[in-house]
Amino acid sequence: MRYLPLTPEDRADMLARIGVSAVDELFADIPADKRQTALPDLPLRRGEMEVERALSRLAARNVPAGSVPFFVGAGAYRHHVPATVDHLIQRSEFLTSYTPYQPEIAQGTLQYLFEFQTQVAELTGMEVANASMYDGSTAAAEAVLMAHRLTKRGKAVLAGNLHPHYRETIATVSRYADLPLESLTPVPAGGEDILSAIDQSVSCVVVQSPDVFGNLVDLKPIAEKAHAAGALLVAVFTEAVSLGLVEPPGAQGADIVVGEGQSIGNALNFGGPYVGLFATRAKFVRQMPGRLAGETVDAEGRRGFVLTLSTREQHIRREKATSNICTNSGLCALAFTIHLSLLGEAGLTRLARINHAAACDLADKLAALDKVAVVNASFFNEFTIRVAGNAAEVVEKLAAKGILGGVPYSRLAPQAGLDDLILVAATEVTTDEDRAAYAAALNEVLA
Amino acid sequence: MNREGRGATTPAQTTQAAGPNTFTGNRALELEEGLLFEVGRAEVTGVDLDEPAAFTPRLGGLERTAPLGLPGLSEPEAMRHYVRLSRMNYGIDSGLFPLGSCTMKHNPRLNERMARLPGFADVHPLQPQSTVQGALGVIAELSRWLLTLTGMSGVAFTPKAGAHGELCGMMAIKAAHEASGQKRHIVLVPESAHGTNPATASLIGYEVKSIPARPDGTVDPESVKAALTPQVAALMLTNPNTCGLFEADVVEIAAAVHAAGAYFYADGANFNAILGKVRIGDLGVDAMHINLHKTFSTPHGGGGPGAGPVVLSAALAPFAPVPALVADGNGLRLVEAEGDAGAEQALGRMSAFHGQMGMFVRALAWMFSHGADGMRQASEDAVLSANYIRASLKDVMSVPFGERPAMHEALFDDAWLAGTGLSTLDVAKALIDEGYHPMTVYFPLVVHGAMLIEPTESESKATLDLFIGALRDLAFAAKAGDKERFLGAPHYAPRRRLDETRAARSPVLRWTKPAALPQAAE
Repeated sequence: MRYLPLTPEDRADMLARIGVSAVDELFADIPADKRQTALPDLPLRRGEMEVERALSRLAARNVPAGSVPFFVGAGAYRHHVPATVDHLIQRSEFLTSYTPYQPEIAQGTLQYLFEFQTQVAELTGMEVANASMYDGSTAAAEAVLMAHRLTKRGKAVLAGNLHPHYRETIATVSRYADLPLESLTPVPAGGEDILSAIDQSVSCVVVQSPDVFGNLVDLKPIAEKAHAAGALLVAVFTEAVSLGLVEPPGAQGADIVVGEGQSIGNALNFGGPYVGLFATRAKFVRQMPGRLAGETVDAEGRRGFVLTLSTREQHIRREKATSNICTNSGLCALAFTIHLSLLGEAGLTRLARINHAAACDLADKLAALDKVAVVNASFFNEFTIRVAGNAAEVVEKLAAKGILGGVPYSRLAPQAGLDDLILVAATEVTTDEDRAAYAAALNEVLA
Repeated sequence: MNREGRGATTPAQTTQAAGPNTFTGNRALELEEGLLFEVGRAEVTGVDLDEPAAFTPRLGGLERTAPLGLPGLSEPEAMRHYVRLSRMNYGIDSGLFPLGSCTMKHNPRLNERMARLPGFADVHPLQPQSTVQGALGVIAELSRWLLTLTGMSGVAFTPKAGAHGELCGMMAIKAAHEASGQKRHIVLVPESAHGTNPATASLIGYEVKSIPARPDGTVDPESVKAALTPQVAALMLTNPNTCGLFEADVVEIAAAVHAAGAYFYADGANFNAILGKVRIGDLGVDAMHINLHKTFSTPHGGGGPGAGPVVLSAALAPFAPVPALVADGNGLRLVEAEGDAGAEQALGRMSAFHGQMGMFVRALAWMFSHGADGMRQASEDAVLSANYIRASLKDVMSVPFGERPAMHEALFDDAWLAGTGLSTLDVAKALIDEGYHPMTVYFPLVVHGAMLIEPTESESKATLDLFIGALRDLAFAAKAGDKERFLGAPHYAPRRRLDETRAARSPVLRWTKPAALPQAAE
């Protein structure tokens, strides 16, 4: 087998040194009546070409986003990733290294995590950030747990316009941790009343902006009300590129900012792996979950980086740990930080403007159709349309015409009774022709 | 027993490495690289984008007005910055990476090529399901292999890492107890367990009770039986355990757990040792997470992303989280809402989408490549190599648990260092100078100054022999009083020993402009 270097002669020599006659003697502790002698239900080994063929056949049964006019968002976005990014993340030393437990030979990983932490802090307008989490939704759940630790209060309030999957992810962790939760009702056109849900019993209020329908939310009054009640504001975003154009949540008074970083540097990958961003105020850092890289010096006084404040973590604190997480999304964080380094402030701002312009153009084109209304007053690169008909069926009919036209809100929240809404995203990869084709196809489908 | 693990390093001032100091700080191929914020500039960009045609923004008056402070790099600068950083890292492709419990096996590049096929990488999780039948096919096929290899009934495929899988499995256990109207609040965890086990149990409200290890490094069924009260929800056991030993009494332990009305959770971190050799379902396990980044070779990537699907027994399978995968007349379909047909008893949702698809493809490529015969051979070679290392070093280093066969990793303690004035950490740092990534140190906690060596199946006998030789030489040097070799180590890494105490005492967690006040975080 091509990945196994030992030869039969090697194995015989090694068995001799160990002092056993057959390798099965090394498995003697496994109860004899439970041992397997073969795996009859699985195929035998295959060469590289055959494996490639088998997997390519599966891949061919999907419609890649890049092959059609594409407007699907709702928490994952198709952006262009420069070739440099994918080359660099496949460098052996990045790809095949481990958690930097031996910092002297992991300075590459540690320095890029330190740079990533700084970038995320700057981008979100916060003081500190961790070295990434699994994804945006799990980061949001961890933020709620952290708010609970900080305030010693149980109840979290979730905005109605929070992405339903994020709400469910938070709800699952909260339910098993026995923490109460209040979820507000969605208001697709925006302007939902969050303020009246905030009182002295609340640990945190979780608000997404741009929200799941695409509306931008002014966080400042929510932060004020939360702080007056002794609660924290957890600000969520699912589209990191929006931060190139929109006022950062940190500048609006957020205490914890969490979000999905996939749209910078990372492919869609059918939902994972992604990269969760997590930033907070410096004074809360010891209650922050996840990994942290910190600056220090070596024995010769040269600057270097290490994992730090690990006394919060499971491998030291065990059942008293801040969180059970023992990893981050290292390589996805690397892709994020490389792409963002290439963009820089000037590039990110321009990229965000292109996205916003594309969405504005598409919104205008769709709003001009008879049986379509754009529900948003404000949005970044994603907005919601109300169609005369069943949104899920409309999306299927568009797919049959070779256009992936968005996400029916009913797919995210079947119980909400909002069956005529489609979330539509337009990024820099959409062309004028794509947008025109979408409008024409939607017009036909609704006719 | 050293329950604290290891303390933070505080290096003594040491002598300079040989040779003159260079003017640049570089040392030939060892090139220093400033921080992004020192080499980049806010006005530079390495991405050419055209300004859009004039339009009226609709940002609701929430436009950003202040600069962000994000530096940019041109493409050549970016390439060089990250290439230089990468060269300060040790990876599996550089050499032996014998981290016990981490299974640093070869990462085949075929897996990378497959994961990057547009049909997998460029597919959105919320596309109409008719357009992603191949992606759902990957999940179905991966599930079939995992179920066949474990003899279990169901798969929760969405957890994003091992610890996330633990959380999912323990939630399934809690959901199952709740469904039968039981309130149990204790989880038993052997003291040799990974820290994630107790952390996971306590995260969802369980009280953790520790089970001591026997002198032979395994769990005594009698200790488990004594601890099994009607309040116990589950036992969490790693098998093979973190000492690298197979828990031979596992069947008896599982039976006792079940007789007490509790569930048996297995930590699958060490699955590589038993792949194709025994099915955990036959041992009485109810739930086990599988680290695809260990056993199935998906890259560790400097710490993630991993993937931690959970296999579940018939008793727990109904509680798997959404989305769940079902097959019907039209092909494969995801059930995405709790309570819908196919997910009536789902425990909830673990994360936004459908798990780590990119990792599923890579793991499946590894499975297809090995097949039934290759997987069994891989397990046998991993176990053989670990035992070979132990047999080759037991005369110069101390083995805590006698002569029972090791499984996939060889455990040593620091008794052999007695009187040398050196610690396990010093040995690890000296190994860096010899060109190896150190083994896992100070874990498991049940052994004093533990050194846990896991070679995996990916190493040739020549590599193993060189590594054994290096450790033997270090052992003789340690006993001969050659202290500076150890205390000053590493001498030849991009950095000498780093001051972890300082990093934790006054945390600097981000770059700030030099003119600014002292760092954040305190």
